[in-house]
Amino acid sequence: MSIFIVIACAFSLFVSVIKGTTEDVTQSILSSPQAAVELYFTLMGTMAFWGGVMRVAERSGLVAKIALIFKPILKRVFRDINPDGEAFGAIVMNISANMLGLGNAATPLGIKAVKELVKEQNANATATRSIITLVVINTASIQLLPTTIATIRQALGSNHPMAILAPVLLTSAIALIIGLLAISLCDTFSKTKIKQGTGNE
Amino acid sequence: MSSVILIGVVTGVFLYGIYKRVNIFDVFIEGASENIKAAFDILPALVILMTMIAILNVSGVIEVFTRFISPITSIIGFPRECIPLALLRPLSGSGAMSVYESIVSQNHPDSFVGNVASVIMGSTETTFYTVAVYYGAAKIKNIRYTLICALAADISGFIVACAAVRLMM
Repeated sequence: MSIFIVIACAFSLFVSVIKGTTEDVTQSILSSPQAAVELYFTLMGTMAFWGGVMRVAERSGLVAKIALIFKPILKRVFRDINPDGEAFGAIVMNISANMLGLGNAATPLGIKAVKELVKEQNANATATRSIITLVVINTASIQLLPTTIATIRQALGSNHPMAILAPVLLTSAIALIIGLLAISLCDTFSKTKIKQGTGNE
Repeated sequence: MSSVILIGVVTGVFLYGIYKRVNIFDVFIEGASENIKAAFDILPALVILMTMIAILNVSGVIEVFTRFISPITSIIGFPRECIPLALLRPLSGSGAMSVYESIVSQNHPDSFVGNVASVIMGSTETTFYTVAVYYGAAKIKNIRYTLICALAADISGFIVACAAVRLMM
């Protein structure tokens, strides 16, 4: 990130001198920090509200109940791990928390799940297929309600801030499916490579 | 439809909380204050990154840069205004938020560009950060094909976002 900042400054200085936009750059250096604080205030209310709502969902056991719905699907995705084990339990809770937008709760659950998977599969320092699957699901956004983005849209004058819901869900689903397909493709490929490797020896 | 979903979710959660005898007010306050702190923690990053994105924008660097890349992205109909967002999205959450804010304030949030940027933000994540956090915590060194698959998902997300906005909005 530090490198990005230096490059951003240097490029901006260079290009602005050539293009004669130094006046605008000066102005935005003075006004952007304030814009950041304004964005923070725009988002803080919504983040606080949904943090509160979702904490109620967590404490009442609703999140655990919703997790039960996803269990059968996740059993099929994580076929090679014990469905009654610690690892699978943490995976189910991590993915459910992600879907409900509980980012703060999801990360520790996900880390626990990865650690349990390492134990269960004797993975040591190498990622197994199940670990990769869990991490890829976490790098895809599977949040069901894009409330933060809707808030920014509304603050900037959108007439239909939540109109993005359907395309967001469709896009998330397709991206996730492509990610999972890529995993099974890479897995098959790496397995045949290992087999060929041992065959030659 | 989507207007019913939000109020439905909120009402459902609170009713279920009451039914399970949860003190919903106190628990709500607890969750809300935790998220305010989380939002506050990213504010310093937002200040520096939004300033950097702003000077890159007004100086003309982003324009020069996108002119260079746009011939490739225009093949799939990806709006050139969203190129910086797609490049920064997997790397930095606050950085992507800064670019997103600048895109949507320059183009109306209900415009095609504004919608595509919104769908990208809502359907992708900070891939490199997530990978680093998870593998770092579990001390995994050999991550094998994780990044290829995660980035395949991100890139297809960017492409599908355009198609979904064209078809559904």
